[in-house]
Amino acid sequence: MRDFSYLRADSIEAARNAAALPGAMLLAGGTTLIDLAKCGVAEPSTVIDISHIEGLNAVDVTADRAVIGALARMSHVADNPQVRNLFPAVSEALWQAASAQLRNMATVGGNLMQRTRCPYFRDPANFPACNKRAPGSGCSAIGGVTRGHAVLGVSEACIATYPGDLAVALVAFDAEVDLGERKLKVEDFFLAPGATAEQEHDIRPGEVITAIEIPGSAAARRSTYLKVRDRQSYEFAAASAAVGLELESDGRTVRDIRVALGGVATKPWRVRAVEDALRGKALDEAIVREASELAMEGAVDHGANHYKIALAPRVIARAILKLGETA
Amino acid sequence: MTVHDMKHAASDSARLEAVGGRLSRVDGPAKITGAAKYALEQQLEGLTHAVLVGATIAAGKVSAIDSRAAETAPGVLAVLTPDTIMELKGASDWLGNPSPQPTYNPLAREVTYSGQHIAAVVAETFEQAVAAAALVKVWYDETPAIVDLSDGKAGDGIPIDAMTKEWGDAEAAFAAAPVRICAAYNTPREFQAAMEPHGLIARWEGDALTIWEPSQWLDGMARTYAEWFGVPFENVRLVSPYIGGGFGSKALALAHSAVAAAAAKMLGRPVKLVLNRPQNFTSYGGRAATRQTVAIGADRDGRIQSIVHRGVNETAVDGMWVEPLGSVTSIMYATPNFSSKQNVVRVNTVVPGAKRAPGENPSAFGIECAIDELAHELGIDPLEMRLINYAEQDPHAKKAWSTRQLREAFAAGAEAFGWAKRSPQPRSMRDGRQLIGWGMAAGTYPVRRAHGEAVVKLLADGSVVVESSSIDMGQGTYTILAQTAAETLGVPVENVSVKLGDSHFARAGVTGGSRLAGVMTGAVYKAAGQALDELIGLALSDPRSPFQKLQANTLQVRDGRIASSRGEGPELSIAEFMAAVGREQIEAKGDTLPASTTAEERYANYTTIAKSIPHTEGDWSRHSWCAHFVEVRVDEDFGTVRVSRVVSALDSGRLYNPKLAESQWKGGIIMGIGQALLEEGIVDRRHGRIVNGNFADYMLPTNADIPDIQTISVGIPDPHSSALGGKGVGELAIVGIAPAIANAVFHATGKRVRDLPITLEKLI
Ligand SMILES: Cc1cc2nc3c(=O)[nH]c(=O)nc-3n(C[C@H](O)[C@H](O)[C@H](O)COP(=O)(O)OP(=O)(O)OC[C@H]3O[C@@H](n4cnc5c(N)ncnc54)[C@H](O)[C@@H]3O)c2cc1C
Ligand code: SF4
Repeated sequence: MRDFSYLRADSIEAARNAAALPGAMLLAGGTTLIDLAKCGVAEPSTVIDISHIEGLNAVDVTADRAVIGALARMSHVADNPQVRNLFPAVSEALWQAASAQLRNMATVGGNLMQRTRCPYFRDPANFPACNKRAPGSGCSAIGGVTRGHAVLGVSEACIATYPGDLAVALVAFDAEVDLGERKLKVEDFFLAPGATAEQEHDIRPGEVITAIEIPGSAAARRSTYLKVRDRQSYEFAAASAAVGLELESDGRTVRDIRVALGGVATKPWRVRAVEDALRGKALDEAIVREASELAMEGAVDHGANHYKIALAPRVIARAILKLGETA
Repeated sequence: MTVHDMKHAASDSARLEAVGGRLSRVDGPAKITGAAKYALEQQLEGLTHAVLVGATIAAGKVSAIDSRAAETAPGVLAVLTPDTIMELKGASDWLGNPSPQPTYNPLAREVTYSGQHIAAVVAETFEQAVAAAALVKVWYDETPAIVDLSDGKAGDGIPIDAMTKEWGDAEAAFAAAPVRICAAYNTPREFQAAMEPHGLIARWEGDALTIWEPSQWLDGMARTYAEWFGVPFENVRLVSPYIGGGFGSKALALAHSAVAAAAAKMLGRPVKLVLNRPQNFTSYGGRAATRQTVAIGADRDGRIQSIVHRGVNETAVDGMWVEPLGSVTSIMYATPNFSSKQNVVRVNTVVPGAKRAPGENPSAFGIECAIDELAHELGIDPLEMRLINYAEQDPHAKKAWSTRQLREAFAAGAEAFGWAKRSPQPRSMRDGRQLIGWGMAAGTYPVRRAHGEAVVKLLADGSVVVESSSIDMGQGTYTILAQTAAETLGVPVENVSVKLGDSHFARAGVTGGSRLAGVMTGAVYKAAGQALDELIGLALSDPRSPFQKLQANTLQVRDGRIASSRGEGPELSIAEFMAAVGREQIEAKGDTLPASTTAEERYANYTTIAKSIPHTEGDWSRHSWCAHFVEVRVDEDFGTVRVSRVVSALDSGRLYNPKLAESQWKGGIIMGIGQALLEEGIVDRRHGRIVNGNFADYMLPTNADIPDIQTISVGIPDPHSSALGGKGVGELAIVGIAPAIANAVFHATGKRVRDLPITLEKLI
C-alpha cells in the first residue's frame, strides 16, 4: 500500500502549518489530486484536507470587486447571479469547464492548481522522462503526440498546456490570488516553464490560497468566454478566449478591451498586443481579425498542434465580435 | 440469474407484453436502483486481488524481471512471471481449430505490443496489489517496432485470398468508363470503450472452476477455460448476469482471464482481476485501423460500370484479424464489373477484435463516401444516385434478397428529413457563421444465424421461468424472451421470469453479429410451445384434470387461465390446474437444431462459431438495411462539426420490441457519431503505445453532442431470416453513419475528409 497520513485542517493556520511539511499536499475537492494519485503522479506523504475549513467558501460580489473564497465550488460560483451579471466571462468559463459532477465537487482554489493534461506527464510508468514531474529527466512530449500541447510560452524543457478555463478569465480582468501573507496578480502567480518546468506557480511551502479577488470594471461586465473544443461538453479547450469590452459612448469605438487565451499556452495567457491594437479603434470585423493575429507573436508549434496557431486568433476575433453584436 | 420484478416494467396496454409490444426493459428497475449485481460485484470469502504488470516497450524480449521488492511488499501472496505461472494447455480458437501450440503462457517473454501482460501480483487487497505491481522491475532487449499501417517497415502485408470478390473485368471496365472517381479512405484504431471494464473473479473448488466474468459468450469462454486447465467442460461454470457493454469485446477468454484463473488455482483462493482503464485499451483488440481505395467507373447517367476496391487492415504480429472491408462494397450497388481484394498488415499491437459491425462498418465508410463523390462529380442527387444503381438482387451471391426494404428506407427517411429541400451545391446552406450540410448514406448488416436452446418451466404457482446461457448486455434479451414466452404460453408477462448468464443453463452460442434475438426468440418459442403442448395434453388426458371429461381435442391458455376454446366447461388458472393434477412443474427444453444433431455437433454449435449458418444459404441473401440522413453544422472559423439532426429509416425485419430496437439503433447511431467526429486511438510512434487510453482523452460523444434522433422502422417480417421474422438490429445502425456525416461535412464545406475522425484541424 502507498501509505500516507491524513490530516483534517480546521483552520487556515493549521492548514498552513501542515502544508509546510515535506511531501504534504492539500485536498480540496480532490478531483485533481485523487486522479493524479491514481496515475502515480501525485504521491503525497501527508494529505491535508482543507475542505472542512469554515468561511472559505464565501462568494462576495459588488460592482467594485468579487471576492471568491478558495473553497467555493465551481458550480456555485458559476451560478451566482452577481457573478453572472458583473463578471459573465468568469461564470461562462466555469460552466464550460469539466462536467456537472466535477463542478459540484471541485473548488476554485483547486481549479487554479490543476495540472496539465499532457499524456506523458500523466503516465510515469511508461514515460519516465518528464521535466515537470522529474526535473532534468527530459520531455517525452517533444517529438511525440503533441496535438494538445502549447504553442505559446513553451520552452525546450516543457511544452505542456495549462488546461484550466477559470484562470484565463481571471488574468483577463487583473484578478489577484490571496495567499494570506501575499497577494499576487493571477498572471504572475502562474509561471511559464522556462528551464524549471516543475515550478508552475509562485506558491511557497506553507502557503494556502484563501481567496480570489477580481476588480470590477466595465470590461468585466461586458465579457464572455468562448471555448472551442473537439466535443460540445466535458472537454478541455482546443483554444479559448476570455474577452471583455468597453465601448465609447458612440457604441463603436473601443475604450477598454481585455483579451486572454486558454488551451494554447503554458499558462493563462494575457494578450496585450491585441488589446493595444484595438484600443481606440472602431469595432470592425476586418480590423478585429487582423488585430487578433497579433496574439500569436512568438508562437512555436510541434507538428500536430500547428492548427492552434490558426485557430486561436479566430477564437479571439469571434469572442470580440460577439460582444460587439450585443451592444 | 435474476428474477425481475416485472410489475415495475409492465405497462398499461396488454399489447405491450406480446412479441412486438413496446414493453420497457424488465431489467431496467434493477439497474437503476443498483440492485442488479454485475459479475465483478460478487463478494466471496477469502477473495484475493491480482494486478497486472504491462510491457513498456512495443517489441523485444523480457530479459529479466526482479520481483523481490514486490514479493516482500505488505499483503503480497504471489508474484507471477512467465517463469513462475503454472503451465496451461493450448486452447482451440473460436472456430474450434486446435491450438498450434500444446502449451499456453498468458504472460509474455516475447513482447509484441506495449501493455502486453508480463507479470501479475496477487495480494490480500487491491491497494496492496497495485502498490506491489509498481515495484516489479523489468529489463528488456528492445527491438524496432512497426507501430501502425503508415510505418515504413509495415510493407504491403499478406493477401487474404478468401476476401477476394470478383466478377466481370473490373479494371478494364473502370479504365473504359466515361466518368471515374478514385479515392482513399482511412479509419483509425477504435475501441469498444464499454463502461464496465474487463475482468473476472475465478474460484476453484477441486477440479471445478467458477468464473464470474462479463461475457458475450458463456459457452465459448467456458470451453476455453476447460481446455486451458484440462478439465471437463462441465466443470467450468461461467456466471455473467449483466454486462455493462461489450460491443464485441467480451466474447472470448483472454490472457488476463487465464492469469486470474491460474493464480486462483496456484493459490487455492479466489482471485479477482479487473483491468484498469488504460489496460482496457491494450489488453484486447479494438477495431483495426483500415485503409481502402475505392474506384468507381460510371456512365454519364450515373449507372455504375465498375467498382475496384482494395483494402488493408492492421493485425497483430502474433495474431490474425481480418476486418472484411469488401462486405458492403460488394452488395450495395448493382455493377456488371467488380473487384475487391484485401491485405492485412502485421503491426505491434494486441490482436484487433470485433467492434460493433466489424467489416461492414469501415466497408460502408469507403463505398458510401465514394458514391457521394461520384454523385457530386456527375451533378446527380446522392439519393437519386443510389436509386439509379439499386441492386435488385445480391450482386455478389447472385441470389434474391430475402427482404430488402432499402427503397422504402430511402423514401421514408428522405420524406421525414425533408431531403427534397436540399440545395445541391456545397457551401450553399448556412446559418450565420455556421455552414450547414446535409448528407446521407446507406448501411447494411447480414443476418447471421445460429442455433440455441432454452428451458421453459411452468411452476406450480402458475409462474413461468425461462432459462438460457445467453446474455443481456443491454440489448434487451431479458425483455424479449419474457415477451416471447408470455405470448406463446398465454400468460401475463409479469408471471415470467427470465434467467440468463449462467453457463449451467440451457446452451447458447455467441451474442454477436446481431444474431441473438433471432436465435433465442426461436428457441424460447419452441420450448414454450412444447411446454404448452404438455400442459394441454395433461389437461386433456390426466384423470384428475377437470378438462378430461370435456372430450375436447384442444384447450387454450389465455391470461394464465386454461379453458376450452369453445367456452364450455370449467376455467382454471394454471396454478389451480397444477394443484388439481398434482404437478410441481412442467419443464420443456427446446432448441432450433435438427433432431438428428449429435452431441458433438451440439457442443460445437454452442462453443464455436464454426456452425453459424451463412446468410446466403439456400435461395436467399439475407440482410438488414438502413438509410441515414444527417444534418451537420460546421463553424466556418473553428472547423468544429456538430451533428444537428439525424433521421434514419431501418429495415430489421419484424421487431420483437420496437422500443428496444429503437434504443439499439440510436445507440449505433450515437456510436457512429463518435466514430465520425471523435474516436481515434493515438499512437506515440516512438514507443508504439496508445497515449490516449482513458475516457478523458479517448473522445466519446457526450449528451451535448447528440441531437434528437428519429428512427423509422420500414421492416416487414422476413420468414427466411428467423423463426419470428426478425433480422439483425444491434449492429445495423452504426453502418453508414460515419459516411453520412462525412458527406454532410463535404456538403457544408466543400472539403472532403477521407480520414476519420473529422476533427477541427482537418477543416480549418
Ligand atoms: C475529466 C476531467 C475534466 C476536466 N475538465 C476541465 C475543464 O474543461 N476545464 C477546467 O478548468 N478544468 C477541468 N478539469 C479540472 C477540474 O476543474 C479540477 O480538477 C478542479 O477544479 C480541481 O479542484 P479540486 O477542488 O477538486 O482540487 P484538488 O484535487 O482538491 O486539488 C488540486 C490541487 O490544488 C491544490 N489545492 C487545492 N486547494 C488549494 C488551496 N486552497 N491552496 C493551495 N493549493 C490548493 C491541491 O493540493 C492539489 O494539488 C477537469 C478535470 C477532470 C478530472
Ligand atoms: S511537455 Fe512538459 S509535462 Fe509533458 S512530458 Fe514534456 S516536460 Fe512533461
